[in-house]
Amino acid sequence: MSDFPLLGVRRLYKNFGGVQAIQDLNFELAEGELLGLIGPNGSGKTTAVNLITGFVKPAQGEILYRGRDITAWPPYKVVRLGIARTFQMVKPFYQLPAYKNMIIPLYSPRVKQMTGGKYGDRNAVALDLLEEVGFERDALVAYKAASALPQGYLKRLELAKAIALNPDLMILDELFSGLSLAEVASILPIIEKLRQQGKTIIMIEHRLKELFRIADRVIVLNFGQKIADGNVADVMESREVKNAYLGTE
Amino acid sequence: MLANTFVYGFVNSIILVLVALGFNLTFGISGVANFAYGALYILGALLSWVFFNTIGLPYLLSVLCAVVLTAVAGELMYRFVLLRIRGMVLSEVIATFGIGLATLELFKYLGFIGFEYSLPVFVDTSIEIGQVVVDMQRVFIVIIGIAMAGFLWFFTHHTRTGLRFRGIAQEERTALSLGINSDRVAMLSVSFGAAYAAIAAIVILPLGTINVEQGYSVLIKALAVCIVGGLGSTGGLVLASFLIGYGQTITVTYLESHWVMLVPLIAILGILIFRPSGLFGEQKELEERI
Amino acid sequence: MRRRKERIDRGIKVRSGDVFALCSWREMLYLAAPRMLPIVGLLVLSLALSVYWQRVLLSVSVFALLAISWDILAQSGMISLGQALFFGSGAYLAGIMNHYWGWPPAVTIPLATIFGGLLCTLLLTPVLRLRGIYFSMVTLVLPLMLVRIVEATRIFGGTEGLSGLASFPTRWVEIYLIIAALLAALFGFRRLMDSDFGLVLKGINDNDRSVMNAGINIYWFKIQALFIASSVGAFAGAFMTHVYLFVGMPVFALDYSILPIAAAVVGGIGTLAGSTLGAFILVPLSEILRGLGGLRIVFYGLFLVIFTVALPEGIFHYVQRKYHQFERWAEVER
Repeated sequence: MSDFPLLGVRRLYKNFGGVQAIQDLNFELAEGELLGLIGPNGSGKTTAVNLITGFVKPAQGEILYRGRDITAWPPYKVVRLGIARTFQMVKPFYQLPAYKNMIIPLYSPRVKQMTGGKYGDRNAVALDLLEEVGFERDALVAYKAASALPQGYLKRLELAKAIALNPDLMILDELFSGLSLAEVASILPIIEKLRQQGKTIIMIEHRLKELFRIADRVIVLNFGQKIADGNVADVMESREVKNAYLGTE
Repeated sequence: MLANTFVYGFVNSIILVLVALGFNLTFGISGVANFAYGALYILGALLSWVFFNTIGLPYLLSVLCAVVLTAVAGELMYRFVLLRIRGMVLSEVIATFGIGLATLELFKYLGFIGFEYSLPVFVDTSIEIGQVVVDMQRVFIVIIGIAMAGFLWFFTHHTRTGLRFRGIAQEERTALSLGINSDRVAMLSVSFGAAYAAIAAIVILPLGTINVEQGYSVLIKALAVCIVGGLGSTGGLVLASFLIGYGQTITVTYLESHWVMLVPLIAILGILIFRPSGLFGEQKELEERI
Repeated sequence: MRRRKERIDRGIKVRSGDVFALCSWREMLYLAAPRMLPIVGLLVLSLALSVYWQRVLLSVSVFALLAISWDILAQSGMISLGQALFFGSGAYLAGIMNHYWGWPPAVTIPLATIFGGLLCTLLLTPVLRLRGIYFSMVTLVLPLMLVRIVEATRIFGGTEGLSGLASFPTRWVEIYLIIAALLAALFGFRRLMDSDFGLVLKGINDNDRSVMNAGINIYWFKIQALFIASSVGAFAGAFMTHVYLFVGMPVFALDYSILPIAAAVVGGIGTLAGSTLGAFILVPLSEILRGLGGLRIVFYGLFLVIFTVALPEGIFHYVQRKYHQFERWAEVER
């Protein structure tokens, strides 16, 4: 099992019409790593995530998870292997209270498998999970309708939904976007904790400062191509990255 | 026999193209599936009948009035009903279906049934193509059908309004931000679809009588062609029309005429099993924009 | 000074939401009354009505079942325009089993329910992969085409249909069977849609991507919902076959597609109780308006438009709100 990297992406291509969204993307991810995936807007970060999680089928290339070819698998099968993601645009079920939003991931076959065929009391599990990501139990935030919650809580809810699936690899798509500094600061410890539990994490982020504090490694995409890969200090020194971000040649 | 099949199959296919074009146009641009399409088709035919026979206008003028009024009907339908429920698929489907149903059943109730309700053919002669005798009306159908498909292509590729249509079809929000009024364009698309339905009716119905039941069968034909061809794709529509059109003609000639209805059904079932998004349809991939 | 309307839950609703409801008759009644109403109402009606109106009650129940079936699909994000497909397959299957093999209703109805459901599910499964209105288009087209095919190929009696089929032993078996089925469907499926399974179905309607992202195979869930709904419709069809002692092309008629939708829309989508209520309003109404003939369908069409545009909430939601909440004017400072 340890012969293979957790995730391997090889020669991945994807185009939307004439636009080359991903070109020849290659990388490997070791167990327990925290990878930051950065790049200017439209550089193909989210497409890369969609390709890995099966929401979009690649034109070419392969994706390996623990050595197993999962290219073009449907999303629900990918999730069952232990890859969970969050969405950049949170879309909870607005009419339902926050904890009821957790029922759907808790209904997942993945959870059933992990808990040995028993789901347990889903409501109780949901409340525990929500408390973990900062829904204060005393304030009864978890019982509020999702439509009444501020963006910060909705992002936490999104995170909790991913945690509920008990994944080995978590892909967090712009978790921090639209949050205040204080909110980001309160979510960072949760991510730290997930790392201590041994989870592998890919973070797509525009908030580089916060990301660089926790990331082991950074991959920079520009126009669908990988232009840098390495630890934080090296990557930020690289000339291509500066060009990509500052737009000079 | 073979030449006969070829010519009549061609005419039959063009009829299907004509019938489906308007439905496809509306859906392709505004995403509104107009289930009142069959009603608009009959409305167009009846209006031109009323203008010609009851009011006594010259035929060309009554046709013109009928097409314009049907387009207005489409516009009103959008303005007073669809505008309020735009984007809610459930409501759109039910409302357009309800309008179509109420209109058709009202016509039936008012008694627009019988042989006197028929439109005149344009020119009452026939010509010979190869060894096949074809009446002029069928020739007109082919000419007008091709012209309308061609006009649609020209319109969407080379005129301002047409380009706006395509803009909305491809990415509504971007189009909005470029100052295209998406409601106006959607309204135009519905009324264009209605006008196309009326023209189709006026060209095709002289072959028989105006029968209200045809409102339903026209809707079925349009839906069948669009399902097989792929919604919103004009190329797919033409291909599917020829597939079903020739399939039906061959069935009538070499098998028995009552198997005709099996052809579109088998086409639909086949396409659903092997390529659910239709021949040329681009199934909307579940993807998130970057 | 401006005013706005405020809606506040009634005290009794709040109190009876608690476990202490069991201590007070008043609160127990508050909870039980809406649930007892259909049960008691149907039993009383079945005894009190004349033979003619019992027939009407029969068709009310059948249409209520079709409306429930439509509502289950609508809640799972599938908009059917062809309940007649379900109804017709059930009806024809029961008729065929009875006519050709001589099986009694006690056998044909359950079998037609299951196999009718399977058949429709099989026919429609390929459409489930597509989003949007494909489902509506295909469900509208299929029954209308099947009629033509029965007509053209003269299978199963062709235009004449199959007649002289077996009947139920007595009128009372008929009426109580359909009432029992309606009540079971109403309460059973309401419970189902409130359970976590139902939540997943509604989630698919709301945001399929998010559900898929939870490792749930949304197609499998949709197939299950489709099977449940089409079985309910097929049951209604099979039942009617043995009431009319006949099955023929009319079972695929548009009426069986339209009336259930109208009932659900008028009654209120999303509760099943609303659909049932709608059927109880529309079917007797259309019986009273029988003299209008074809004009009735015009009214159904208009109902569909008016309710979807102007009163999308439906009657049931309105009644439910009045039952649980009161309104008052509150002053608003600017």
